[in-house]
Amino acid sequence: MAKRVGIEVSLAVSHAVQLARAEAIAAYPITPQTHIVEHLSSLVANGDLEAEFINVESEHSAISACIGTSAAGARTYTATSSQGLALMHEILFIASAMRFPIVMTVANRALSGPLSIWNDHSDIMAARDIGWIQVFVQNGQEAFDHSIMAFKIAEHRRVLLPMIVNLDGFILSHVVEALEFADQDTVDRFLPPYSPWHQLDPKKPVTMGAFGMPEVFAEFKMKHQVTLMNSYDQIMKVWQEWGQLTGRAYHPVEHYKTDGAKILLLTMGCLSEVAEIAVDELRAAGQPVGLLKLRLWRPFPFAALREAVYGAELVIVCDRALSVGGAGGPVLSEVRSVLYPVVPHPKVLGYVIGLGGRDVPPEAFKEIFFQAQAEAEQEPSEEFYMYGVRG
Amino acid sequence: MLEIRFHGRGGQGAVTSVELLALAAIEEGKFAQGFPSFGPERRGAPVLAFLRIDDHHIRLRCKIAQPDVVTILDPSLIRIQKPTADLKTNGIVILNTNKSLAEARQEYGFKHTLALVDANHIAREVLGVLIVNTTMLGALIRATGVVKVDSLEHPLRERFGAMAAKNFAALKAAYEKTVVEEARP
Repeated sequence: MAKRVGIEVSLAVSHAVQLARAEAIAAYPITPQTHIVEHLSSLVANGDLEAEFINVESEHSAISACIGTSAAGARTYTATSSQGLALMHEILFIASAMRFPIVMTVANRALSGPLSIWNDHSDIMAARDIGWIQVFVQNGQEAFDHSIMAFKIAEHRRVLLPMIVNLDGFILSHVVEALEFADQDTVDRFLPPYSPWHQLDPKKPVTMGAFGMPEVFAEFKMKHQVTLMNSYDQIMKVWQEWGQLTGRAYHPVEHYKTDGAKILLLTMGCLSEVAEIAVDELRAAGQPVGLLKLRLWRPFPFAALREAVYGAELVIVCDRALSVGGAGGPVLSEVRSVLYPVVPHPKVLGYVIGLGGRDVPPEAFKEIFFQAQAEAEQEPSEEFYMYGVRG
Repeated sequence: MLEIRFHGRGGQGAVTSVELLALAAIEEGKFAQGFPSFGPERRGAPVLAFLRIDDHHIRLRCKIAQPDVVTILDPSLIRIQKPTADLKTNGIVILNTNKSLAEARQEYGFKHTLALVDANHIAREVLGVLIVNTTMLGALIRATGVVKVDSLEHPLRERFGAMAAKNFAALKAAYEKTVVEEARP
């Protein structure tokens, strides 16, 4: 039986990991960490979760230990944030190239400097190309659901890739809110124990992480690319199955009031629900606006996005990260590139918002809408816009 | 939707207050968000905590800019944080003070509906320590009726275990002793 609870979202994620029966957790318990691994360590210490909890001395070691436990065949989990994710960086590529289905929560926060502990997406956007499956969630319920589903996606024999569930730091991770817990029976039926394809075993030695000589390196990369793209089908299957169990359906690109919309806002993470409020108000005032919420970031949902913009004249992409010296935010660059072949392709304008914990109320999206609408009628004055930033 | 902002000092338990009240509201079948002002606050420094309660799923993910209610755990914050500057005209101020309504209005210039309780006194008497967060919840519930008093019992037990009964007693004492006066524009 599902149970409605009030809980801090970080703790809800811990319980999702508990329900998923994670067998190994490695983490570095200091800022920038969330309550997720703190609570998991209590669950393990109190005997409520039968798992190996490995306290390490840095995030670099945390993800390295995860590679070790995953190689040994354990269902493996970790969580981090901002500088912690940055410190993991070189190992993140190795985890995916070695095809270890580690699940990680990233509570998205700014990278310093100036020194910041607050929310934006610059940590994960700097780790865009690590070859992991990546999703974004917009509220506590989704954080809970995706933390369970991630294991089933990552561990599938045709996938075997690590997966990141992105949830906004503080403005989601630290909020006490209402959500529905799945019960252990439901999760057990949904998620069978992890059955590794290969595992380290002294009785049956294998080499893992061998050299990729120039003769084979590109072929490995090609295989990684194909596998990550093909994981799309499994992601869809798992999301559908969870939808049938819980009534909560998820899609790679989600639509909000897009019928007849000529102008589409595009957001990720928990700003999406804030943007919904702005869309409600703009629609009530007769504006032909809708909202696209990009849930699946890797593999990028090319076809779903192209289909979603059909009939729109303007797409306004809201990035919560800045590619300094580049073409605006990373989401803007990708969306523009993906939509270029669409004929006729809509204009695509980009706004960078909410950096380093800057508050984003619904009014911000309304202002962005009107500014973009005016800009789109002429030759745009900038490559992209930084919303609400003092000169 | 009701939006409530707590003004306290690091260590006074403002964040615990909003979490407890959010849990109580959720237990009543409502929707709520309880969250701190995120930052490197330290013990004794001014802090904010935020609470939203609604009958529907809450989509906002920003601070509370125009609260319906401000709850002030420490009156020395009034000059520093100016809690009523952005309070809605029909909003409510809930203050921990040993002053009378007339004295408080005169000293702080409050024009909004005002609810007062001497939470320091109650906390000292009932809890034996000067931590007023759970006590002030009694005043808040008296002035707003946002949840039932009894709905706090379970969240308090979960949070405080053996200390829950004393905290609940302090909360109920504050509920009884809170005085409320309508706005005097």
